[in-house]
Amino acid sequence: MSWLDYLLLFAAMGLVTYIPRWLPLLYLAHRRLPKWLIDWLGFIPAAILSALLAPILFSDPASHALDLGRPELLVAAPTLLFAWKTKSLGGTVVVGMLLYWLAGKAL
Amino acid sequence: MDQDKVKQLKQHEAADPPTGDCFRQGALAAWPICLGFVPIGLALGVLAQQAGLSAWAMAMMSVLVFAGSSQFICVAMLAAGAAAPSIVLATLMVNLRHALMSSALAVHLRGVDRWFLTLFAYGVTDESFAVNMARFRGGSWSRWSALAVNQLPNLTWIAATTAGALIGQFIPPGALGIDYALTAMFLCLLVFQLQSRLFVAVGLIAAVVALLWRWLIPGDSYIVGASAVAATAGYLLKRWREGRR
Repeated sequence: MSWLDYLLLFAAMGLVTYIPRWLPLLYLAHRRLPKWLIDWLGFIPAAILSALLAPILFSDPASHALDLGRPELLVAAPTLLFAWKTKSLGGTVVVGMLLYWLAGKAL
Repeated sequence: MDQDKVKQLKQHEAADPPTGDCFRQGALAAWPICLGFVPIGLALGVLAQQAGLSAWAMAMMSVLVFAGSSQFICVAMLAAGAAAPSIVLATLMVNLRHALMSSALAVHLRGVDRWFLTLFAYGVTDESFAVNMARFRGGSWSRWSALAVNQLPNLTWIAATTAGALIGQFIPPGALGIDYALTAMFLCLLVFQLQSRLFVAVGLIAAVVALLWRWLIPGDSYIVGASAVAATAGYLLKRWREGRR
């Protein structure tokens, strides 16, 4: 691909990435939101993070079927415990990577 | 908006100038995200290099897109020889979830001027969103600190992905648990969100619905779908509990 092909592709990708981030902020920040919507949106962070994590931990990447024996899940238990006890994002990333690396060596 | 409200908002903004302290607090909250982005960004750069992208193309993509998961998908699709329109469509599908995040952030950025929001929106990622929401909810979190949390990881991301494309050929695949950095980050960000049993229930519902949805329906719609179902269930549970009291 040429320089211009890359530029056009990335610009289009950037546009469809930016607009969903930008429009709701611009629109909703200047309106009085109903209580139910504020409550509902408050649950979104926990819901999205869980929806992103569950397939990584509990399912086979190819078939998408349930798989409870993956090293990702095995490592997640101590990583989660570490995150719970320390509340340290940086520490959790380092510990998780280290444990996953060790699990890869051991299994 | 009536005149009183406008005046009140103007005062609010005047009372909230950007200070060095705001930036310092933002940087303190952002450094773990930056740390997590280094291995992930390097990994993306390595893959991009292997897929035939040069370092400048990698840098250009990170500047224009700044959305990790869709960049990984783009690199994989380019390597498989996919056409540009299908890559753009996949990007849109994967990143639609950010519309939900921006909506939730808007609750804490009421009445803030449009230029700030335009700049802020560029850096809304899963990670900065989760950190900023936890801080906003804790109170006394300046929007300028939140902006630093959005943009500092962005700079790290551009540098890390470019570096990855430059040094790609020297890194063996799977080195030092690089593949787990993002998962570990999500795990900790989820812990930050679990403030009560209600949030734990929402997380569990989202996990079960996401697994079923992804198993039954191809594509990435499970992220937005399961999140909306779980948030609705959480809201109904909350209403039901309040009604019983």
